[in-house]
Amino acid sequence: MALESSTSGSGKVTTMADAVGRLVRDGDTLMIDGFTHLICFAAGHEIIRQRRRDLTLCRMTPDLIYDQLIAAGCARKLVFSWAGNPGAGSLFAFRRAVEKGVPLPLELEEYSHFGMAARVMAGAANLPFYPVRSYAGSDMPQANPQIRSVTCPYTDEKLATVPALNPDVAIVHAQRADTDGNTQAWGITGTQKETAFASERVIVVVEELVDESVIRSDPNRTIIPGMIVDAVVVEPFGCHPSYVHGYYDRDNDFYVGWGDISRDRRRLDAWLEEWVYGVSDRAEYLARLGSERVETLRAREVLSQPVNYGF
Amino acid sequence: MADYSTSECMVARAARELRDGEVVFVGIGLPNMACNLAKRTHAPNLVLIYESGAIGSRPSRLPVSIGDPALAQGALSVCSIPDLFQYYLIGGRIDVGFLGIAQMDRFGNINTTVIGDYDSPRVRLPGSGGACEIATHAKRVLIVASQRKQSFPEAVDFVTSPGQMPNGRKRAELGLPGGGPRILITDLGVYVFDAEDGELTLTERHPGVGIDQIRDSIGWDIRLGDDVSETVPPTDEELRIMREVLDPDHLFLKSA
Repeated sequence: MALESSTSGSGKVTTMADAVGRLVRDGDTLMIDGFTHLICFAAGHEIIRQRRRDLTLCRMTPDLIYDQLIAAGCARKLVFSWAGNPGAGSLFAFRRAVEKGVPLPLELEEYSHFGMAARVMAGAANLPFYPVRSYAGSDMPQANPQIRSVTCPYTDEKLATVPALNPDVAIVHAQRADTDGNTQAWGITGTQKETAFASERVIVVVEELVDESVIRSDPNRTIIPGMIVDAVVVEPFGCHPSYVHGYYDRDNDFYVGWGDISRDRRRLDAWLEEWVYGVSDRAEYLARLGSERVETLRAREVLSQPVNYGF
Repeated sequence: MADYSTSECMVARAARELRDGEVVFVGIGLPNMACNLAKRTHAPNLVLIYESGAIGSRPSRLPVSIGDPALAQGALSVCSIPDLFQYYLIGGRIDVGFLGIAQMDRFGNINTTVIGDYDSPRVRLPGSGGACEIATHAKRVLIVASQRKQSFPEAVDFVTSPGQMPNGRKRAELGLPGGGPRILITDLGVYVFDAEDGELTLTERHPGVGIDQIRDSIGWDIRLGDDVSETVPPTDEELRIMREVLDPDHLFLKSA
């Protein structure tokens, strides 16, 4: 639901500290979305800084950002479909929590990729479940009693089902939005749209704030309408070390190097101390990262052909 | 014949499994190399589809992850994850899917979830990702793996992705629409799954690899095909494409 301040569009634009402070609460079910692309590390770091606790973290691919939230003790439960360091190995904080209960035990609720996508599709459409043609011959339903089945009333076929997922709060990063939160994204878009529509509260984080006329010039590119957005945060380089297509590339050296950091709990704690607790916001994080590294990641210009919306 | 690495032999062998005009669900690493090699040799009309939603990709660099921007830039289409899974994979439009393993049994049932008990695992692995759906829906599945005895036990600790005989039942009985695993390519040899009973059967050994070495690297008495041949090694042209075009910085083929 929209907040009072959202009745006038410009009231939604705020800082990350304010958006997280007001909209992310202890015990929430939280989904920071983005499939490899558009993963909002700036939001994750602010949640760690504000010491949120008992969160149920949902994502298809927990990625480094949830490894960091788990290491920082923010998570009680993880709902996911693939928990690895994409292209680069293991998430060791996740593994420590599951294998050894360190720093806290982590409850798991596990699906396949389409099972997770189907859950937010059902949540977004206000349906109680979604039928899927997965899990026959797999042990996943034994490991997760939430995976059930239904008999099709038309064909008598038995189909697996997954329950709707309706997070308390979604955080979605994108290239640009206007002050009301009409949000445009391109490149790999994952389940951002479904996640936003499925969630009670929505924080949109963007590289650039643009005028409403820019949005209206290319409406097919809008994936999230302002009407479901509660807060708009402008946070350039807010996804580093993930990437934003057309703005900056993934910092792959960081992803590859994360294994050595997360494997050693003390080293990971020191990393959080330096890069999360030791900075007050994203601007300070970027200053610490250094302009040289930032510049090497900045995207080259490859423009699409404009289209004609005239009639 | 030029010198080549085991990885290069596996890539070239996997590439030859792909036919021109097929639609392939590509994974990062060796499958990506194999698909892009096939596209530049015998299968120029191969359509590369990546799990992140990139359709008809022409990656201008070796992708570092399944969601690399090089897969989206210049693609024929980039769709959402729900569209990718529903309309392409589950809709039955994928001819070939690639899968990796942590454990696999003799029928191609794959575990990528846990080593040990699910509730208190010795090693927590990443889980399914899209693997369960690929194993369910792709018309055929190619499996690529390092051949270590502990990866090929008599029984897997957890069936993440169904093979030819999940829990002793045929795929058709379970209503699995795709064809399931058809071939396994390891660093030692090539195997097919028997058309009748689904059991893994050795058909090729890589040059220099002995049958005993293969037997010692698998957790059951491996069935041998009627005529176990030697894998055809990569050609000079295949090696040139892999080394100069696909992986000039040796990110993947570092063992070359």
